[in-house]
Amino acid sequence: MYSQLLGLAGGVALVAAVLALWRRSLLAIVRILAVQGLAIAAVALLLGVHHHEVAELIVAAGVLVLKVGVIPMVLSRVVRDAPNQRDTQPSINTATALVAAAVLTVIAFGATRRLVDLAPSPESELIPVGFAIVLVAFFGLVARRNALTQLVGFLLLENGIALVALVATARVSLVVELGAALDLLLAVLVLQVLTSRMRSKFGALDLDRLTELSD
Amino acid sequence: MLLTLVLLPILPALATAAFGWRPSVAWLAVADAACLLAGGIWLAVGVVDGDTAYFGGHVLRADALSAFMVLVIATVALLASWSAVGYIRTEIADGHTTAGAARLFGLLVPAFIASMVLAILAANLGIMWVAIEATTIATTFLVGHHRNRPSLEASWKYVIIGSVGIVLAFLGTVLLSYATQHTGPGAHSTLDWDAMRGVARHLDPAVIRVAAVLLLLGYGTKIGLAPMHTWLPDAHSQAPAPVSALMSGVLLSVAFYALLRIKVIVDLALGPTFLRNLLVVAALLSLVVAASLLIAQRDYKRLLAYSSIEHMGLMALAAAIGTPLAIAALLLHILAHALGKTVAFLCSGEILLAEGTTRIAGVHGLLARRPLVGGSFGLALLALLGFPPFGLFASELAIARAGFSANMGWVTAAAFSLLLVVVAAVLVHARSMLLGEADTPSVSPTSARGAGVPLVAGLVALAVIGITIWPIERLIGAAAHVVAQ
Repeated sequence: MYSQLLGLAGGVALVAAVLALWRRSLLAIVRILAVQGLAIAAVALLLGVHHHEVAELIVAAGVLVLKVGVIPMVLSRVVRDAPNQRDTQPSINTATALVAAAVLTVIAFGATRRLVDLAPSPESELIPVGFAIVLVAFFGLVARRNALTQLVGFLLLENGIALVALVATARVSLVVELGAALDLLLAVLVLQVLTSRMRSKFGALDLDRLTELSD
Repeated sequence: MLLTLVLLPILPALATAAFGWRPSVAWLAVADAACLLAGGIWLAVGVVDGDTAYFGGHVLRADALSAFMVLVIATVALLASWSAVGYIRTEIADGHTTAGAARLFGLLVPAFIASMVLAILAANLGIMWVAIEATTIATTFLVGHHRNRPSLEASWKYVIIGSVGIVLAFLGTVLLSYATQHTGPGAHSTLDWDAMRGVARHLDPAVIRVAAVLLLLGYGTKIGLAPMHTWLPDAHSQAPAPVSALMSGVLLSVAFYALLRIKVIVDLALGPTFLRNLLVVAALLSLVVAASLLIAQRDYKRLLAYSSIEHMGLMALAAAIGTPLAIAALLLHILAHALGKTVAFLCSGEILLAEGTTRIAGVHGLLARRPLVGGSFGLALLALLGFPPFGLFASELAIARAGFSANMGWVTAAAFSLLLVVVAAVLVHARSMLLGEADTPSVSPTSARGAGVPLVAGLVALAVIGITIWPIERLIGAAAHVVAQ
């Protein structure tokens, strides 16, 4: 039961990363990000309940507040402030995106086989899933040229890493986790300020207009 | 003691928060950096014989390598904040900066320096990561200080590329901790550097290989190693000059320091070959990128940025060689590059304020019209190109010697041939800026009074460590021993 639920949460997180690759509506992409955050909070909750660890429960609560609450809220405000830019042009079509996601997932599972073999357990089975999310999110990050999708791509990538961090280190230093979460929150706020400045200077979130600096 | 060093740099930020930006507060920042330097020297005296200082159990720790890096940070901070007093005052007077932006500058620069010192003194690789990531956030608004389109573009690239890079380093750090958890029965996960070094020989090689690649990609992005360097020329060219100096002299050096700490663990677990091959590729690629983009460079601040990539490539080569001589040369190179690049960037700020352009073609006859700034800029460029009597001459010579005696002759020869291209390219650009007839009369006759003092002080220090590395020789030896046992 425990390992099935863990697998389910990991699966939801990976599917969310793939969905975010080809959805057009910015608001939908932000919602997908929140769902992925929820899946990761669920993983932390499962770990905490199963191992009777209070620290993991605190992490679960923190993930819930940060990745399901604050960050999606900040991002959807950015989308709402740009009424005529709620859709983006994906520079990759759905079929290509899905094939790429499949290939990257296979690569992730292949590259991390040894990591799972080191300590086979229901938790470490999720390490390849986390790596797959990282690779898929990275692909989305470089493939799309919109400030908000890049920002979401970065956050999806960070979620993948958070998943690996959760399942790989049973006893994480809470200070490190806290510092990392604080850094992430600040980074999102910085990026939000930058997107609003970008809109006032460029009139859009389209990164193809950033062409003044080159050699 | 160690805690004081971390908290000390925050003082000017508190003063700025209370009083806003004003010259007296800016001078407080200079005095504060001087205190940090004094504290660094005190720390260095304590640990130069190979001792390690701790604070709060294993929260903060300092060995000779940490003390050396504190000295690097404090020296650059001293020169940069000294020059910033006049720089910000002139910018406000010229209407390039608002009081709000100056206030933000006064808040973020101390925060940046404090988190850099924390990164150096953290005993735990996780805390070190948190501190380095925090600097990304502090420096983003400093890069975007001028709030125009190019600086906005630069800060966007900087924060996205920097953040992605640094979270990859976090993934690598997590995997290191995962590996320590599975070194044997009863082992538990740790990120404490001392503890990791203790168990490093038992770490699983396959996991460490993945971790090493991720950490090199992550910290390599911060260091500005090719092919992760793309943010660097934009950010360095758009940031105000004192910030460019801090980023080039401190941020890149501290990220390199992080890589050195990682290298100790990885080399113990895998032997030196694995990381050496990766570093050699990154080093040569960085040198190729820097050399090819320096040849046709049109902007003198970008020229300095590519020169940073070149020097980081050279440091990566020294790290790849990895013998005690190479590491000592690498550390000397970190200090000398930080000093030289700081003076060069501070000069570029004075030139920009006076001439109003960053185009190389827009500046002529600097030496005749502004002997002090032009002369300092020229000397700093010569120093960065490795001419004697400055410190980089000694360190580059030592890197070359170490490379040839460690059977890495071909790589070293290739790297130094690329350096010749760099020398030729930069000399051509420098000649057109410094010499020649001045076709326009200078806009404002002299820059702010006293602006030359930090420039000359930096060059004198650079020459002193080039001619005799006496004051820091033992410290560098002890610090190199930490990395290359």
